[in-house]
Amino acid sequence: MMSNLTRAERANAMVIAGTGAFIGLVMAAAGRGDPMGAHGWIVLAFCGALFFVVGSAYEDPEPTQDRTASYYDDPTKVGILIALFWAVVGMGMGVWVASQLAWPDLRFDAAWSSFGRIRPVHTSGVIFGFGGNALIATSFHIMQRTCRARMPDQVTPWFVLLGFNLFCIVASSGYLMGVTQSKEYAEPEWYADLWLVVVWVVYFVLYIRTLARRNEPHIYVANWYYLAFILVVAVLHIVNNLAVPASLTGAKSYSAFAGVQDAMTQWWYGHNAVAFFLTSGFLGMLYYFLPKRAERPIYSYRLSILSFWGITFFYIWAGSHHLHYTALPHWVQTLGMTFSVMLLVPSWASAGNALMTLNGAWHKVRDDATLRFMMVAAVFYGLSTFEGSFMAIRPVNGLSHYTDWTVGHVHAGAMGWVALISFGSIYALAPVLWRRETIYSWKAVEWHFWLALAGTVIYVFAMWNSGITQGLMWRTYTESGTLAYSFTDTLVAMHPYYVARTFGGLLFLIGACIGAWNVVMTIRRMPSETPERDYPTSSESREPALPAAE
Amino acid sequence: MTILTLLIPVTLVMGAVGLGAFFWSLHSGQYEDLSGDAERILFDEDDKPLAAYPPGHSGTTKEKTP
Repeated sequence: MMSNLTRAERANAMVIAGTGAFIGLVMAAAGRGDPMGAHGWIVLAFCGALFFVVGSAYEDPEPTQDRTASYYDDPTKVGILIALFWAVVGMGMGVWVASQLAWPDLRFDAAWSSFGRIRPVHTSGVIFGFGGNALIATSFHIMQRTCRARMPDQVTPWFVLLGFNLFCIVASSGYLMGVTQSKEYAEPEWYADLWLVVVWVVYFVLYIRTLARRNEPHIYVANWYYLAFILVVAVLHIVNNLAVPASLTGAKSYSAFAGVQDAMTQWWYGHNAVAFFLTSGFLGMLYYFLPKRAERPIYSYRLSILSFWGITFFYIWAGSHHLHYTALPHWVQTLGMTFSVMLLVPSWASAGNALMTLNGAWHKVRDDATLRFMMVAAVFYGLSTFEGSFMAIRPVNGLSHYTDWTVGHVHAGAMGWVALISFGSIYALAPVLWRRETIYSWKAVEWHFWLALAGTVIYVFAMWNSGITQGLMWRTYTESGTLAYSFTDTLVAMHPYYVARTFGGLLFLIGACIGAWNVVMTIRRMPSETPERDYPTSSESREPALPAAE
Repeated sequence: MTILTLLIPVTLVMGAVGLGAFFWSLHSGQYEDLSGDAERILFDEDDKPLAAYPPGHSGTTKEKTP
C-alpha cells in the first residue's frame, strides 16, 4: 500500500500526521483533568501510529508504473474494510442498547454503559462509521470510474478517509466519557466539529478536482448525488454546531441558539442529515451499482436527474415537521409538513426508477443475492419515504411522535434502505476492487441477505406495533377525563416488542458479521484474477442482459 | 423566531447554488445524450482511466493530448 506513494507523498503524509500528533499533545496538556485531555491522547496515538506506519516505509522503493494508467483504489479498499468494521461495532452496540431497553440490568451499573451514552455510540457508529465510510469509499470508486480519470493526488483521499475516522473515534469515545452537546446526530463537541469541517472541505475539493480532470464529458448522475451529500452536509454541520466553548481547555460548549430556536436549527440539520447523508449519497450508490450489477442502463436516466433536483430543492425545507405541536410557529410547521408530502414525488421516482431498471432482469434478482440486496433496498426506500411523508402530516404525527413508531420508521430506512444498499454495493465492489475471481462464498451472501431481511422485518413490525400501542395508550382517557394508563403501563405493554426488536437486530448483526467475514475471506483466499463478471457460477445470471426496452 | 432570519436565507442561498449548478449543467451540454450517458458507465471492462495524458506525464495537472 505504501509502495504506491512517492517519497514526496510519504513526506507530506508524515508532516500531516506529525502536525496531528502535535495538536493531540497540546490537547492532552491543555485539557488535563477534562475529557478533552483523554481525547488529546487518542489523537496523539492515532496520528503517531500513522506517522510511524508511513515513516517505517519511507525508504522503500518508489512506484515505477505509470500511475495515470490505473485508478487509485487503495483508499477505497481500506474504506470498505473500515466500513465493515464499524458495521459490526455499531450494530453490536445497537443490539446491546436494544437489550438494555428489554432487560435494564444489562447496564451492569457502570456510568459509561448507561443507555444515554451507548445509544449515540450505536447511532454514530452505524450512520457515520458504517454509512460514512461506505459513502466515502464508494464515492472514491464511482468518481474515478464515471469520470474515467484517476484522482488528482494520493495523499488527499487518505487524509479524508483517516481524518473522518479520527472524527468517528473521538466522537464515540467522547460519548462513553459523557461528552455530548445533546443534539441528535450532532453530539460531538466543538473541537471534533471543527476537525470535521476541515476534513469535509478537503473532501469536497477532492471531488471537484477529480471532476475537473474527467475524460468523460458527461457527469454521471451518481456524482451529483454525492456532491449534494458533501456540500449540504458541510453547510448543515457548520450552522447547527455554532457554539461557544465554555473554556478552550475543556470539552463543554454552549449552543449559539436557545430554546425553540435551537430546536429548529437542530431539526433543520437533523432532517437534512437524513436527506443528504442517509439518502442522497446512498442514491448515488444505487444509481451506479444497480445498473452495473444488472448490466442494464437505468430505466429512465432523465427521471433520475429530475428526481435529483427535486430532492435537492424540496428536502431542505422539511425539517420543521419534527416540531409539530411545539412552540414553533404554526406556519413553519405547516411549511415543513407541506414539503414533506411533496417529497414523496422525487422519492418514489427514484425507487420506481430502480425497480423498473430490473424489469427484464428479474431472473438475475432471483439468482444473485447481491442484486437482490439492491432491489430490496429500493423497495424499503420507497416504503420508508412514503411512511415519512405520512408521519409528517400533523394529525398523524400527533399519534406517532415520541413513540417507537418513529424508531421503527428510522430503522426501516437505516436497515432496509441504507444498510442493504451498502452491503449490496460492497459485494458488487469487492471482487472488482481486489481483482478476485468472485466473492468467497455465495452461500454466505444468501445467508446474509435473508438474515438482514428477516431482521429488518421483525424489527420494523415490532416497533410499529409497539409505537402505535404506546401512542394509543398515551391518549386514552377514562370517563372522568383522566389518563387511563400510567407510563409504567405502557412500558409493560411494550416489553414483548422490545424483546422482538432485540432479536431482529441480532439477526441483522449476525448477517453483517457474515458479510465482513466473507469480504475478508474473498481478499485472503480467492485466486487473484481480473473478473470478467463477478456473478455466481452455475447461475443463469451469466447470460447477457436483454437489450433495454426503450 | 429570529433564527428563521438565519435559516431561511442560508436555505435560499443553498437553493440558489443548486439552481446555478443546474443552469450550468443545462448550458454546458450535460443533458444532450441522456441514453448514451446512462449506458456508458456499463462499458469499462478494462477498468482503467482513459489515456488522456501523454506518456511520462505526471498527471498532476490537466493536460490533454491534442
